[in-house]
Amino acid sequence: MLNDFFILMKFELLPAVIFFVLLFIKVGTAELSNASIIRLANILLFINLVAGFFYNKDGGMFGDMFHTNALIVLQKSILNLGIFIVSLQAEAWLRTHKHVIEFYLLLLSSLMGMFFMISGANLLMFYLGLELATIPLAALANFDLEKRKSSEAAMKLIMSSAFSSGLLLFGISLMYGTTGTLGFAQLPALLNGSNLQVFAFVLLFAGFAFKISVVPFHLWTADVYEGAPVPVTSFLSVVSKGAFIFVFASVLYTVFKPLADTWYHMLFLLSVLTMVIGNLFALRQQNIKRMLAFSSIAQMGFILIGISGSSQAGTASAVYFVLVYVFTNLAAFGVVALVSAQTGKEDITDYKGFHATNPVLAWVLAIALFSLAGVPPTAGFFGKFFLIMAGAAKQNYWLITIAALNMIVSLYYYLNLVKALFMDANASPVPKITFGVYAKLAIVICIAGMVLSGLASVVYEYIYNLSTGF
Amino acid sequence: MNLYWLLILPTITAFALLLGNNLKQVRMIAFGGALLQMVLAFILLFAFWQQRSAGNTAPMLFENNLSWFAPLHINFHTGVDGISVAMIMLTSFVVLSAVLVSWKMDMQYKTFFFLLIFLSIGAYGFFMSLDVFTLFFFLEIAVIPKFMLIGVWGSGKKEYSAMKLALMLMAGSALVFVGLMGLYFNTADTSGAHSFDLMQIAQMHIPVEAQMIFFPFAFVGFGIFTALFPFHTWVPDGHSSAPTAASMFLAGISMKLGGYGCLRVATFLMPDAAHAYSWIIILLSTIAIIYGAFATMMQKDLKYINAYSSVSHCGFVLLGIGMLTETSITGAVMQMVSHGLMTALFFAAIGMIYSRTHTRMVAQLGGLLKIMPFISTVFVIAGLCSLGLPGFSGFVAEMTVFMGSWQNPDTLYRLATILACASIVVTAVYILRAVGSTVMGPVTDEHYNALTDAGWYEKLAAIILIAGIVAIGIAPFWLNQLIAPVAATILKK
Repeated sequence: MLNDFFILMKFELLPAVIFFVLLFIKVGTAELSNASIIRLANILLFINLVAGFFYNKDGGMFGDMFHTNALIVLQKSILNLGIFIVSLQAEAWLRTHKHVIEFYLLLLSSLMGMFFMISGANLLMFYLGLELATIPLAALANFDLEKRKSSEAAMKLIMSSAFSSGLLLFGISLMYGTTGTLGFAQLPALLNGSNLQVFAFVLLFAGFAFKISVVPFHLWTADVYEGAPVPVTSFLSVVSKGAFIFVFASVLYTVFKPLADTWYHMLFLLSVLTMVIGNLFALRQQNIKRMLAFSSIAQMGFILIGISGSSQAGTASAVYFVLVYVFTNLAAFGVVALVSAQTGKEDITDYKGFHATNPVLAWVLAIALFSLAGVPPTAGFFGKFFLIMAGAAKQNYWLITIAALNMIVSLYYYLNLVKALFMDANASPVPKITFGVYAKLAIVICIAGMVLSGLASVVYEYIYNLSTGF
Repeated sequence: MNLYWLLILPTITAFALLLGNNLKQVRMIAFGGALLQMVLAFILLFAFWQQRSAGNTAPMLFENNLSWFAPLHINFHTGVDGISVAMIMLTSFVVLSAVLVSWKMDMQYKTFFFLLIFLSIGAYGFFMSLDVFTLFFFLEIAVIPKFMLIGVWGSGKKEYSAMKLALMLMAGSALVFVGLMGLYFNTADTSGAHSFDLMQIAQMHIPVEAQMIFFPFAFVGFGIFTALFPFHTWVPDGHSSAPTAASMFLAGISMKLGGYGCLRVATFLMPDAAHAYSWIIILLSTIAIIYGAFATMMQKDLKYINAYSSVSHCGFVLLGIGMLTETSITGAVMQMVSHGLMTALFFAAIGMIYSRTHTRMVAQLGGLLKIMPFISTVFVIAGLCSLGLPGFSGFVAEMTVFMGSWQNPDTLYRLATILACASIVVTAVYILRAVGSTVMGPVTDEHYNALTDAGWYEKLAAIILIAGIVAIGIAPFWLNQLIAPVAATILKK
């Protein structure tokens, strides 16, 4: 029994252990330098990532409040990978920061919350995990303590999070009112599609839509992304969104399966809106973080298409895309983080002539943009192809046509940035950026991931075999 | 013959390039790699002939079928028939001479050659794919290198052209993508599983309603690549802004991807819709032929002349496909090969002239025959091939298209054939005018007298292409034997 506890909850316990190790260092007497704290934290996060792959078991605990299986393990490992890369990339910014340990403490508690949320088999457990995941994010968004924009971002994040949590909680309570249970296992049998249940479901759906910034619940995204420190932005856009997508897909597929007709139409409508509006807004952005924010909104639209497929391929393609997205978006944000940390420049016009001074970083950013745009042979191509293919299984060709046209629009603004990097002349380009071993390692992981996770089909096949659908 | 070598070799070449220390090493690696590609293409040709003469009548030879994404029934299925062999030969010719004309490339040469060789991977992969997914994969792989080649190394309004080309080609791929999705979900084998496999889909019957919906997507999508009217607008800008080697590749191979796709995917897999829509294809291609020819007459820039004439010439490809007779399809494929070689030669010659005179304006050029006899001769040969002089490949190809088109007894189709034939006169006008005033007459600028003729690399580049043109022009039967049986299979479906 105790053994089970440690194995089943390994993913949640490891961050907790790391959390306490760092906390003791913080309150202990020894004054460690930033460099050694960062080194220690990265090593611990790496161990955390590797340990996730061994000794896993399916099962539930706490009276079915908590469950885990191979797919959940994989999802948690993807998030572990994301947080490891984020931590590597944060080094350039944290090196001179006063509160390194706090950064890691907040990051880890948020991660732990996400893990509880993913493993939750009860709406209450899910909600607790969600709150634990969200509240530290607001503090993290404010981590550039002396910048006003950073506090503004934190304020916006906490307001919108509180609002969406309110919606979720309202939905959960109505759901409880109509069914008398919160357990994922019991709920499907009690759902009959009555108006009140649909209303409760819509509220829950809206709460989720806020978290993964689906139009029309996306308004907080760009401002928060712009104001928050870049490593926090990348954490928000990749790890946090990834966790919510995992939960969203699994909740729709298992708990709300009886309402599939309802949510299919909602997904259809929202995915079209999200893609179109995300892309159109991205076209006009001057700030690279805002552009990536809107592009990430548009990407969510593609993920919704995959989820709307509601087959095994639907889950598989959504999870696979999140994996690809971890590599891709973190590569893009990694370069932005380096430039921002060393020069403070964040506008697209600042990136003109970037290739002349920083050829390596320019190529890394370009490959990431190609992958975001879904151009082969990068993994982004496979990710998008499989998402749309999963959606196409419903034979709704309008949706695919709109998606295909959106890919062209998105290509335009990605290529515009590539054009700035390689083709535009600039009298005062970004100076040569130096980057240390952490950033190098992060870049190597991201590039390898972008190439291999696509071409090597085992990755997708593995995810597919773990996935379920109906 | 294992076809994977045609993918592995360029990949190795491309990465070996990155290890080169200076221009000399890099271009030698690129040249060696391209030469080996050509050797492989010839080995493939002879092996193919050997198999065929040994009585192997399988529709595809040298097949390899590896499972790629098993849950989605995606296989890395490769194999060649006569058309693929012809296109692979064409690719190897154009790539080798493109590398040779870029011999003096001094700006970011490593990346330049890398992208050039990378493009060839896309082309080989596309022509040998028997799985629609891999076909699409290789189709899209080539878009970004083209964007980079034009945007970074191009001339004129290069950023605009690069963006226009990338977006229009991507739009083409997007349409193809929708078409392929529709195709995929309308296939079902005996066990009910969907399939991307070209040969398997060919055995199945796609419901006619589905064909009617998705044929236009696939055909127009591929058509954009091959300058289908009215989606040809990327051609003039893209070609004229691109550096010489990229122009050669774009016009010589990239536009052929579209024609090949129209034939292999759209027409072969959805024959009912192809018959139903053939009048639209013929209408559009006739417009392209005539419009392209007249638009060319108004051009003053040599590259624009060749780009617009490419629109006109590629119209013959689509016309041949639209006519749906065995001879016309054979002619369409011959026209693809012929136009690929001819237009690459034309762009090479223009590039050689431009690199010396620094102008491409017809009005500013003149009397070049006295100063650079070799380049001028190449230019004249390219021009004569373009206007369809017997003895060169252009004549054979266009003649076959006309013969095949005339076999279609419908009055409207015959009218289209006659109009297309008539465009040859216009072609003669603009070609003779451009070539004449550039090459003949007095020297327009005395600075030109100091210019040198072609270097050995340029000569070699031109000779390779001319050899191909003349070989087809004098002995078309070898190409015909490759293509005609496949054309028959495509129509029989």
